Amino acid sequence: MIRRLQHVGRMLPLLLMVALLLTGCGDPYLSALQPKGSVADMQFNLIKLSIIIMLGVFTVVVVIFTYVLIRYRKKKGDNSIPEQVEGNHKLEIIWTAIPFVLLIILAVPMVTTTFALAKDYSNDKNVVQITVTGHQFWWEFEYPDQKIKTAQELYIPVNKKAHIKLESADVIHSFWVPALGGKKDTNPGMTNYLWLDAKEEGVFQGRCAELCGESHALMDFKVKVVSQEEYDQWVAKMTKGTNKPANNAVLADQGAEIFQKSCVNCHAVDGKGGPAGPDLTNFGDRTTVAGILKNDKKQLAKWLTDPEAVKPGNLMIIPKLEEKQVDALVEYLHSLKRE
Amino acid sequence: MAQHVRPRNTGLWDWITTVDHKKIGILYLVAGGFFFLLGGLEALLMRLQLMYPEQNFFIGATFNELLTMHGTTMIFLAAMPLIFAVMNAVVPLQIGARDVAFPFVNSLGFWLFFSGGVLLNLSWFMGGAPEAGWTAYVPLSGMQFSKTTGVSFYVLGLQIAGIGTLIGGINFLVTIINMRAPGMTFMRMPMFTWTAFITSALILFAFPAITVGLVLLMFDRIFGAVFFNVASGGNVLLWQHLFWIFGHPEVYILILPAFGMISEVISTFAKKRLFGYSAMVFATIVIGFLGFMVWVHHMFTVGLGPVANSLFSIATMLIAVPTGIKIFNWLFTLWGGQIRFTAANLFAVGFIPTFTIGGMTGVMLSVAPADYQYQDSYFVVAHFHYVLVGGMMLGLFAAFYYWWPKMFGKMLNEAMGKWNFWLFFIGFHLTFFPQHFLGLMGMPRRVFTFMGGQQLELGNLISTWGAIIMGVGTLLFLVNVAYTHMKKQPQAPADPWDGRTLEWTIASPAPEYNFAQTPRVRGIDAFWIEKMAGNKGMTPAEPLGPIHMPSPSVLPFIMSIGFFIAGMGFVFNKYLFAIVGLGIVLICMFFRSYKDDEGFHIDVEEIKETEKGARL
Ligand code: HEC
Ligand SMILES: [Cu+2]
Repeated sequence: MIRRLQHVGRMLPLLLMVALLLTGCGDPYLSALQPKGSVADMQFNLIKLSIIIMLGVFTVVVVIFTYVLIRYRKKKGDNSIPEQVEGNHKLEIIWTAIPFVLLIILAVPMVTTTFALAKDYSNDKNVVQITVTGHQFWWEFEYPDQKIKTAQELYIPVNKKAHIKLESADVIHSFWVPALGGKKDTNPGMTNYLWLDAKEEGVFQGRCAELCGESHALMDFKVKVVSQEEYDQWVAKMTKGTNKPANNAVLADQGAEIFQKSCVNCHAVDGKGGPAGPDLTNFGDRTTVAGILKNDKKQLAKWLTDPEAVKPGNLMIIPKLEEKQVDALVEYLHSLKRE
Repeated sequence: MAQHVRPRNTGLWDWITTVDHKKIGILYLVAGGFFFLLGGLEALLMRLQLMYPEQNFFIGATFNELLTMHGTTMIFLAAMPLIFAVMNAVVPLQIGARDVAFPFVNSLGFWLFFSGGVLLNLSWFMGGAPEAGWTAYVPLSGMQFSKTTGVSFYVLGLQIAGIGTLIGGINFLVTIINMRAPGMTFMRMPMFTWTAFITSALILFAFPAITVGLVLLMFDRIFGAVFFNVASGGNVLLWQHLFWIFGHPEVYILILPAFGMISEVISTFAKKRLFGYSAMVFATIVIGFLGFMVWVHHMFTVGLGPVANSLFSIATMLIAVPTGIKIFNWLFTLWGGQIRFTAANLFAVGFIPTFTIGGMTGVMLSVAPADYQYQDSYFVVAHFHYVLVGGMMLGLFAAFYYWWPKMFGKMLNEAMGKWNFWLFFIGFHLTFFPQHFLGLMGMPRRVFTFMGGQQLELGNLISTWGAIIMGVGTLLFLVNVAYTHMKKQPQAPADPWDGRTLEWTIASPAPEYNFAQTPRVRGIDAFWIEKMAGNKGMTPAEPLGPIHMPSPSVLPFIMSIGFFIAGMGFVFNKYLFAIVGLGIVLICMFFRSYKDDEGFHIDVEEIKETEKGARL
């Protein structure tokens, strides 16, 4: 027992060093090194364990390496011929056996975590069910039980598991929220799933991790972790709510008219409209436009005027809008707030 | 009838028609070096774009072209040929052979690689380069999502270059099995030859997999087949499996020869025989074997289920064991030696800790659930550059400095070589070490920009500066080459480093026929044994006599032009060109089969004359 403790004691500084080196690295909303959910936690533990083992090995290598390079450098005038050693069986066995042991230490938690992360919660009533669909270059979120469709911003209640079905509308994307957990691909013609939870309220950044075309770099989304009450309210608003009246109702009505003419083929509002673009039912509540711009008047106008300049290669291909039309559309789109 | 007179080709014609493995090695070196510079330039442009957040130099499709061409060029058109350059220059000499088993095939292999590479790079000027990544995952690389001809260039260029690599690999397998000098048993082969042998075997089994994948993709893109079309019952994961069944062994195809180069250099400059030679050979074989069992670790996030992920995870971890054996054996080769820090040895010694880091992040990546975080992030980018640049490229540089005199008869400048090493080494670590952290901090790979205010700025800035320093280091190598070859200097001695293996028993550069008399090998480190026994050179295994040589041929060059034309024809759906191109190939094959080539002889007088002139 005491020996064990001593052992741990010796490991402690190393552990501390690793912890110091890693935690606090990066933006808390984005970094896998600041886990905010059970999945990311489990993964971070594995990362730490493997780093510690590897640092141990690396230290041994570097110590021998440095010693050898200093001790056995050729000295001037020394022309002796070193002993031609063939090898050493004992040493070979040692450096074959020790890695085996280390790998077993790593393999056991690897297997248990792999299976824990693969658990299927699709039939669990206490788990939020969500279907995520990757599109070039935006994310669609559907809550089949509540019949909610939205995009770019995923709402989940804090401390509750979410079972996420992953699908793709076109090419392969990969759904990744580093602070909450590792990624999984969305494959066309196949359904994947993973589960996540968050232990803290807040907004976490998600990204596409598989090269999916020109604007792969800009295929960002947000996960909004809210309290259970807030989540229930959100669901109620999305399912039964109505829109707030707009500030400038005349302008907004003009916008709505243009929208019905030029946009509704691709965008749905309140369940009416085409599926090629994001559902805009609650667009006024979003913090971003297209997942990357701040959702204010100026940026939204920028998007509507020239989407290609914001996200190269994106699939919102529209004829050029006049400034007046853009203003009207901005007013209308920002009025799409749920109450 | 056959040509018995000694052909005396000169200049360009000599290079185009040569079947001499030493000259083909130089061709591989020049062509591979050219593509290496091209790939490096592409990398620098990407690093400039990523120097600061939200820049706009190369975005969207342009950036995707750069990243695709950087990866494809570096793997297929730089790394592979540079490995083949050293294998050609060294392996026949190390086993005491006069040439490779199939000199004609050797030349054909080079020209096919070259025409495939040129074809692929012409895409830049003919409608745009491929932009689906060097992995070309479907459906992104399919006609529906990659509408330019870029991916078609990729598919055809790589098929042509791939045939070249495949026949090159077969050639070396046969050469090493059949052409060893008397007394050189398998367990007396130098370590580099051993790794060349295993690498050739891996090529033989790995390249057919990607060829199948490329053919399927070609049919989908060009003839409207639906192998990868989900809507018509195709499967997108099929491509990933085929690609990685090739792709993972490919890593070992590239790194094993570097292991061999390092082993030779370290052993020479420590003045000791390789520690644990048989364990090293065993480890090489095990790595080669396991290399085929682990491809799914590139696909942990694809959703193949926990059983597959766990099994492939464990298989991947196992590779760490033979790799560890190698690292400790190198350390103990140095232990007790008389280490000389020449430029070659600096690269070799620098390889050890660098590659160790790459190997260790490899073990980290093998842990499937943790890999869900690393996969497709900058962590992976850092890892494979530690293996391929920190591993393979350092090995290649060591090999160049070490074998340059044997290839060219001139010694590269040592002082410049040391600067070359330090700049490259420091630049390398500055470029790639921060990328581990960038990945863990949430930066996916293959992105053309990142947002400010997410703490990704510092790492990216350091990384770009590192890349610039690394670029300067590489340029210094070119300066060194230019300086060495412009300066008048005496011909390099046959054995400048106090070498241990057969290539150092003959003049630098090696004469056309390599060995005037085939040597008799009495053990591992054959030359060293003779030195220790107080002999001046090897004991010949045969009397001096006329040496039979294969005649040069222009057919390989013409055949690869035929393939090139056919490739262009397929890319642009001009089937007439395709037929003409393949027709040229068939005609060349007919001539090759129909016309006997009896080669020619170098007579004893000429050999005596050459040997007298050599500085032994
Ligand atoms: C051809 C189909 C199409 C048409 C027509 C179209 N859009 Fe879009 N729209 C898209 C797509 C696809 C996206 C997602 C772009 C991306 O992020 O890659 C999008 C995104 C948007 C967004 C950002 C949504 C979000 O969730 O952040 C807004 C706002 C928008 N469109 C407004 C409009 C308006 C207004 C019109 C009419 C003038 C319009 N769109 C017409 C396809 C279309
Ligand atoms: Cu994507």
